[in-house]
Amino acid sequence: MTYIFDGSFPGLLTAVFEHFERKAAKVKLKAATVFQPEAFSEHLYVITDSEKADRVWTGLQKKIKRDWIRKFYCSYLSEIAEAYDHLFQFAIYIFQNEAGAESNYGNDHVIALSKYAKSVEREKHRMEAFIRFQHTADGIFYTGVDPDFNVLPLISNHFKNRYADQQWIIYDLKRKYGLHYNLDTVEEITIDFSKGTNSKNPDPILLDGKEELYSVLWKDYFKSANIVARKNTKLHIRHVPKRYWKYLTEKQLS
Amino acid sequence: MQFDRIREKLNILADAAKYDVSCSSSGSTRKNEGKGLGNSHTSGICHTYTEDGRCVSLLKILLTNHCIYDCLFCVSRKSNDVKRAAFSVDEVVELTMNFYRRNYIEGLFLSSGIFKNADFTMERLLLVCKKLRLEQNYNGYIHLKTIPGASDELIKEAGLYADRMSINLEMPTEAGLKLLAPEKSHNDVIKPLSFVQQNIKQFAADKKLIKHVPKFVPAGQSTQMVIGATPESDKDIMYTANTFYKNFSLKRVYYSGYVPISNDSRMPVLGTQPPLLRENRLYQTDWLMRFYGFKVQEILNDANPNLDVDIDPKLSWAIRNMQHFPIDINKADYKMILRIPGIGVMSAQKIVQARKFGKLRIDQLKKIGVAYNRAKHFITCADSPYQLKDYQGTQIKAFILADSQSKYIKTDSNQLILF
Repeated sequence: MTYIFDGSFPGLLTAVFEHFERKAAKVKLKAATVFQPEAFSEHLYVITDSEKADRVWTGLQKKIKRDWIRKFYCSYLSEIAEAYDHLFQFAIYIFQNEAGAESNYGNDHVIALSKYAKSVEREKHRMEAFIRFQHTADGIFYTGVDPDFNVLPLISNHFKNRYADQQWIIYDLKRKYGLHYNLDTVEEITIDFSKGTNSKNPDPILLDGKEELYSVLWKDYFKSANIVARKNTKLHIRHVPKRYWKYLTEKQLS
Repeated sequence: MQFDRIREKLNILADAAKYDVSCSSSGSTRKNEGKGLGNSHTSGICHTYTEDGRCVSLLKILLTNHCIYDCLFCVSRKSNDVKRAAFSVDEVVELTMNFYRRNYIEGLFLSSGIFKNADFTMERLLLVCKKLRLEQNYNGYIHLKTIPGASDELIKEAGLYADRMSINLEMPTEAGLKLLAPEKSHNDVIKPLSFVQQNIKQFAADKKLIKHVPKFVPAGQSTQMVIGATPESDKDIMYTANTFYKNFSLKRVYYSGYVPISNDSRMPVLGTQPPLLRENRLYQTDWLMRFYGFKVQEILNDANPNLDVDIDPKLSWAIRNMQHFPIDINKADYKMILRIPGIGVMSAQKIVQARKFGKLRIDQLKKIGVAYNRAKHFITCADSPYQLKDYQGTQIKAFILADSQSKYIKTDSNQLILF
């Protein structure tokens, strides 16, 4: 038996609800986007129901500790196809066992979730580190990113607390949405990048005049801080993998 | 701001500051109050890494590289022929604010050469901190050098604005220091270190009685020793580190492999490779002392005054103490599991939690993250293969070396060279 859900978080939780309601035996969970019908197996489309999802979510929160609620949510944000099934099986495992079952690292789903969560938290931390704002002409600090996982919901608070006195936008170019902090709250936005093709239709992102100066100073600093006698390119790349270089001001040729 | 002049100053003063290896931005709890700019991140954030693989988390600069001292190991020594420069207080404040706003850095690391005298220098450093905190409403990280010999009042006031303060021991022993910097002594470092420590304790005690006590050096103190400039043994270095951790509750001791910058006959000649492997082994020992429950005497003692080059200190301890092994993963104390080569803190914690649900097998240990090929010589678990032979420590070392490749020793000496 395969359950197919719409890929949303409430959808995933609804699937858990359906599993207990229908008491089906061996069930796999797949997202609709990757589902391929199989010849000898049945399938069921799960219709997302926020009420059912809420019941499962509250149930989970009662059953597992807060750090595991976070791990559960992080694993979902990984957007990895296999992670959805692990989340589904993990939830079932938790509901079928005594409280505390989440610390059984011998269990495949427990260890899988702890690994997904670790990767997502690492990506979150990298975004906190590697994001480089550029000061735009209209006074907003802007950056575009394309993180491996959907981590914008996780970094929102960090940036809101830290940069409380400046407007900023963090835009996920891959997932086509962004966060805008307006000195009060953080809101989700979308930007139309098709603009900027002609003068009547100006580029949405225009930089402030002083931006260039600070980026040059930063590049200078980055060069001066290096000790040539200790050169270690392998370590450098391990810490700053090449796919992140495109964000980094200090890695751009001037 | 005259742009080219600022550029030149930044290049000179960042270059002079880079030999101070302290980089961490962790341990502080400062919040962004009153909608200002910045806060501390408990575990710190490394915003980038230089090409030598070291992290850049703070804007690390000297206020000036003019100095009245002539310490042989220092680039900014009086007799060295280098370009000199000095930032104004406002220039440092403006750079810090603008770098911080762009998420380039986690905060400021401010040090300085001693110009005129200690108090004059310390006053300037303090002024930068005060401007940032009071005028700019900046709550990001500040690591401030304590200037040895500065008056108590100045140091105490600085502690109210800085997150971390540090003073460098420079050489691991008094004798080494006297050799290269006759004007200095370890006592110059000990006095302000203990003064700041007493104040940290006092503020903590006040906090129990009074509700609103200002923060005082919330991220604690650290120090640094230069390694390989003078002939101390690893034992000398780590015993000194241990004493300073104990006596002054330091958060960190940094070990900085000496990068030759002088042609003096008392020091390694220019062009000598910095002792990177040795530095690495010292940090491993430091971690064993702080996170793995090892006593420094277990790792380094009169019989073993230096750390092994080919294997790490944890493996080296295990091989010398085979009487403790093999350890049963499913029964042993957490403390003993921590001592197994190939098992780190995270794996050890997972093992202790997971074994409550049933005896652990090899495949589970691998998934938990144990380096099984290394650990297998020291453990038994639910499905360990039965072993007839009782291997000696030296044999196990040979097995482990045979299937691993050191990242430092590039040419394997056992390999014959054909041409």
